[in-house]
Parts: sequence; C-alpha cells; structure tokens
Amino acid sequence: MLGYILKRFAVMVVTLWIIITLTFVLMVTLPGSPLNEERTTNETVQANLEAHYNLDEPYYIQYLLYIKSIVTFDFGPSIKQPTETVNDLLGRGFPISFELGMATIIVAVISGIILGIFAALKHNGIIDYLAMTIAVLGISIPNFVLATLLIQTLAVYWNILPAATWSSPVHMIMPTIALATGPMAIIARLTRSTMLEVLTQDYIKMARAKGLKPWKIIIKHALKNALMPVVTIMGTLLAGILTGTFVIEQIFGIPGMGKYFVESINQRDYPVIMGTTVFYSAFLIVMLFLVDIAYGFLDPRIKLHTKGGD
Amino acid sequence: MEKILEVNDLHVTFSTFGGTVQAVRGVSFDLHKGETLAIVGESGCGKSVTSNAIMRLIPDPPGKISNGTIEFKGKDLTQFSQKAMRSIRGVDISMIFQDPMTALNPTLTIGTQLVEGLMEHRKTSRAEAKERALEMMNLVGIPNPEERFKQYPHQFSGGMRQRIVIAIALICEPELLIADEPTTALDVTIQAQILELFETIQEQTGVSIILITHDLGVVAKIADRIVVMYAGKIIEEGTRKEIFYHPEHPYTKGLLKSVPRLDIKGANLIPIDGTPPDLFSPPQGCPFTARCSMAMEVCDKVYPLQTELSDTHKVDCWLQDDRAEQLVAQAADKT
Repeated sequence: MLGYILKRFAVMVVTLWIIITLTFVLMVTLPGSPLNEERTTNETVQANLEAHYNLDEPYYIQYLLYIKSIVTFDFGPSIKQPTETVNDLLGRGFPISFELGMATIIVAVISGIILGIFAALKHNGIIDYLAMTIAVLGISIPNFVLATLLIQTLAVYWNILPAATWSSPVHMIMPTIALATGPMAIIARLTRSTMLEVLTQDYIKMARAKGLKPWKIIIKHALKNALMPVVTIMGTLLAGILTGTFVIEQIFGIPGMGKYFVESINQRDYPVIMGTTVFYSAFLIVMLFLVDIAYGFLDPRIKLHTKGGD
Repeated sequence: MEKILEVNDLHVTFSTFGGTVQAVRGVSFDLHKGETLAIVGESGCGKSVTSNAIMRLIPDPPGKISNGTIEFKGKDLTQFSQKAMRSIRGVDISMIFQDPMTALNPTLTIGTQLVEGLMEHRKTSRAEAKERALEMMNLVGIPNPEERFKQYPHQFSGGMRQRIVIAIALICEPELLIADEPTTALDVTIQAQILELFETIQEQTGVSIILITHDLGVVAKIADRIVVMYAGKIIEEGTRKEIFYHPEHPYTKGLLKSVPRLDIKGANLIPIDGTPPDLFSPPQGCPFTARCSMAMEVCDKVYPLQTELSDTHKVDCWLQDDRAEQLVAQAADKT
C-alpha cells in the first residue's frame, strides 16, 4: 500500500509539473500583459514595474521563478491587487468553493444513488420512467441554464430563496441544486443500469434463498457491487463539478475561487492564474487519488499495491 | 417414512411478449424424510423451475404458479406470503446453486456470508454465529476455517467455494436441501468429492435432498429415487434400481443410452434425435412423440395415463397399455 502511494505521489508530481508548464506556455503566449492598460504610463515607471514583477526577465528565468513559487507555495502578491497575496485570495476563496463543491457532491451522490436504486427496483414501472425522465433532463440542461431558471422562478417570481451571494445555508440551496443536477442524473442512470445487472446475479438469488429481508439484500449485497462504476466516473464528475463552480459562482455572485480564477485570466494577473490553476489541479489530482483508494474498499479483488493498480 | 414434501399437480407459467410459456405442466411427486430424490431431464424440461417454485423464488411477474399445491410438512407453500416464505427459506428449505463461482458475493467475506442467515433467523450474536460457522466449515471439509473465515470468495477454488455454498445452505439445519446442478460447474474429481460430501452430510444431519441434474452419473451415485422430467411433465419415476435397470419410457431409455460407459467395450453413444417441443404451445399428446421411435397414432393425440408398475415405479407411456403390444407386433409384421 505504501509503495503504491509513493508511486502515485510521483505520478501526481509529474502531472502537476506538466500542468504548470502548459499553463505557463499558454499564459505567456496570450497577447497582453498585466501591466499594459489603456492609460499610458511613464516608460521608466513601466520598466520599474516590470522589473518588480520580474516580467523583464527572459521566459526561462520567469518559468523557473514560477516553479520556485509553487515549490515554496508562495505565489507572491497579486499584480492587480497589490495589497493582497495570492495565498490570501486562495485562503479566502477556497473554503467557500469547497463548501459548494462538497454540498454538490453529497447531494449528487446520495440523490443519484437513491434515484437509481428505485428506478432499478421498479424496472419499467412509473417510478422508473419518472426517475429516468428527471435524469435525461438533468443531463441535457446545462447548469448555467438551470441556474438562471432557478433564480427566475424561486427568487424572482416566488421570492422564497435569495438570488445571490453566500452568507447563510439558505443561500447554498440554489447553487447546489444547479451544480448537482447534472452529476446526479449521470449517477442515477449509471446506478440504475448496474443495479439491474447486479440484481440478476446468482449471489442475489442466493441471498434471497437465505431468507434475508429485501432491503438488506439491496443494501448489503447489491449496492456495494453496483457502486463500482459510480466510483469510476466520480473522477470525471469531480472535474465537471470543479469547472462548473467557475460558472455557478459567477452567476450567483459567490466569492469563491472561481471568481478569482476567471478574473485573473481576463486581467493577465500571472501570479493569480498560476496560483489558482495549481491549486485546482492539485486538488483534483488528490481527489482522483482518493477515488482510486475507494476502489479497494468496495471490491476486495482490487489490490492497489500490486502491479496494474494505476 | 414421514413425508416431508408433497408436490401436487404443479403448474408454472411465464408470460412473455411471445405468449405464455408453460414451463411446468402438472408435476406431482413426494419426498420422504432423509431421502435423496433426483430430478433428471434435459435443459428446459422444467426441473429448475420446479425447484424454484418450491422455494417460491420464481420472479412474479412474469412467472406464476398457476395451479397445484406444494405441501411442506403439511403446509401449502403456494399460499404463503413472500414475508412468510422468508422464514422458511434458509431455515427449513435451503438451496444450492449451480455455479459456485457466481453464487457467492465477491465483495463480502466468506464469514459474513456464512453467518448472515443464522443471525437473521436465529437472532444469534455474531460471536455465536461465527462459532457455528466454523463448525460448518469443518463439516464440509475446509482446512484452517478460522483463517478462511476472514477471506473473500476470490481466494477460494471452485470446489472450496461449492463447499462454502453447501455450508451456508446447511447452517440453519434445514430439513430439505434443494441442490440445483451442484456439480455441473466443477471438475470431475471435485464432483466426486462434493457428492461424497452430500452423503456424509445426509448421514450426519438426516436432511432430505432434492438433486436436480442432467448428469445420470451423479444420480447413480447418490439418488434413492429418480424422477424423469420431459417438457414440463414427469414421464417416469422410480427407485434408482428401477430407473437404471428397468427403464420403461422410451425417453428414459434414450437418456441412459446417451451416457458414456467405460464398462462395455466398443459401446457407442446413442443420442436422442430432435429437440424438445416448444412450450409456448405444448402438444396435446405425449410431448416425446416426435422423437420417439416407438410412437403410435394415439401418442400424438392423447396424453398417456399413468401406469403403476410397482408401488414406486410409475410411467406415463402408451406402450404400457395392454393394446400396445399387439400394435407393435402388427407393425413388426408389416416390415
């Protein structure tokens, strides 16, 4: 197990390095720089500013400086908001984004699995059709469309939920629904199809022949087997939820990391771009690693420490 | 001997888009305490459906017990609710499945799968249940039960898994064990071991066994009585001796001829030509007519009456009718 973790860690570092390099290349090839704005500045001032942010150095020096900032986890000050460091921004934005992300995952996984199980148990019945209609709608409607629809109905027409910002649990409801519906629909469909397959297995019949209660058979015997494919797509879903937060945070005016990420790219705020990208990537990579670990707990036949574990 | 199970005129149908399949069409047999009854027949003859019907494990819909009774110790199981059946399954009647590779849940330890039935029905603590489980593992011949208890199915070989399946089936001390092709998925050497295990278990616990198989070799080894099924009906039944040495139904004779024999030099395998009838619309006469070399006109039109050749030996065939002999003789004259 330890060997596996070390190996995975090495892979994670390499992955992160590739992401950093690609981000750097994209960043410097983007036209414009954080310091050129409409208003003209004195040439000496401009040169001094560039020197201050090391923007006058050749690219390879800049690149190395970025690598250094990442290794030391000190991204320096934001160019656009010189009073704050990138670490300040991350420290303020991340807990909010994390809250939204976690709420989304919990809602999506629990409701998706429950919906999938009921659909499978009532196969080709009304509940099945209803659940799958919800699922198809959930997959088809993009989260930003759903978000605006929610605001229009729940906030504007009925005025039962606040339309924006992030100050109480009530504020979490709409963004979470908007973000969770897509992943929930995918999980529901997947759970349904694997559940249908698992329910025809001999060991389910055997469990029935033992005289176990139906719900016990579902929870203990069927669900654990049916969840494997769900765990497999969790990685992709996490990435989707993560990128979804950029848009949803914008729509609902949530002061999370997504806001800084999008703004930083528009403003060419290099240290913030680097900081947020690295942070998001590292977070996603760690989550994917945890998903892989989860396999071993669900299915004892999967051994992480042997070859082919990754 | 005390009768433990009495199946009377059992009919099972399955509704499909293509029509209604009459899988079991009036099956009657009984089973005594401590006896081993073999149900023999080719694929699709209704032997597994019959056993699933006894356990009430036929998915409804599409399946349905449309007629008949299944009396287990005087109580008619067809009248039981699913909830009431749960207190019978695994406790009074247990079942062993064909393929031990798929019958055990890959994500749960052997121990968990052994004790859960006991904990469910006898409300024992896990520790007590474990003790009993280890006892059972010993009985079915699993070495190092303490260590094996914690392992998962994929760490067991096929034969060992079937032993576990048997241990699970027997852990609540059932009075009736239904074994559906328990050796079909195993190597021949392992088959022999498992059959011996059945014999030992029956000696020690006195459990009655219904053995469902298409392998007459298995039957010859452990069955006391044999029921031969064809196209959803029992066409012949008798003791092991009666069926093996004095088969009367042409189908039973055909089955016996199609078993490979090592004791007769140069003996050829004689397969039965043709396929069983379509059970969407079963023939009104004897379903074997189309494949029977002795078929007469009457066979196609009317299902034969049961003839009792002895107290135990019964056969459904027109050849047992007094008039048949004359007809066969006449036919022989013509050729």
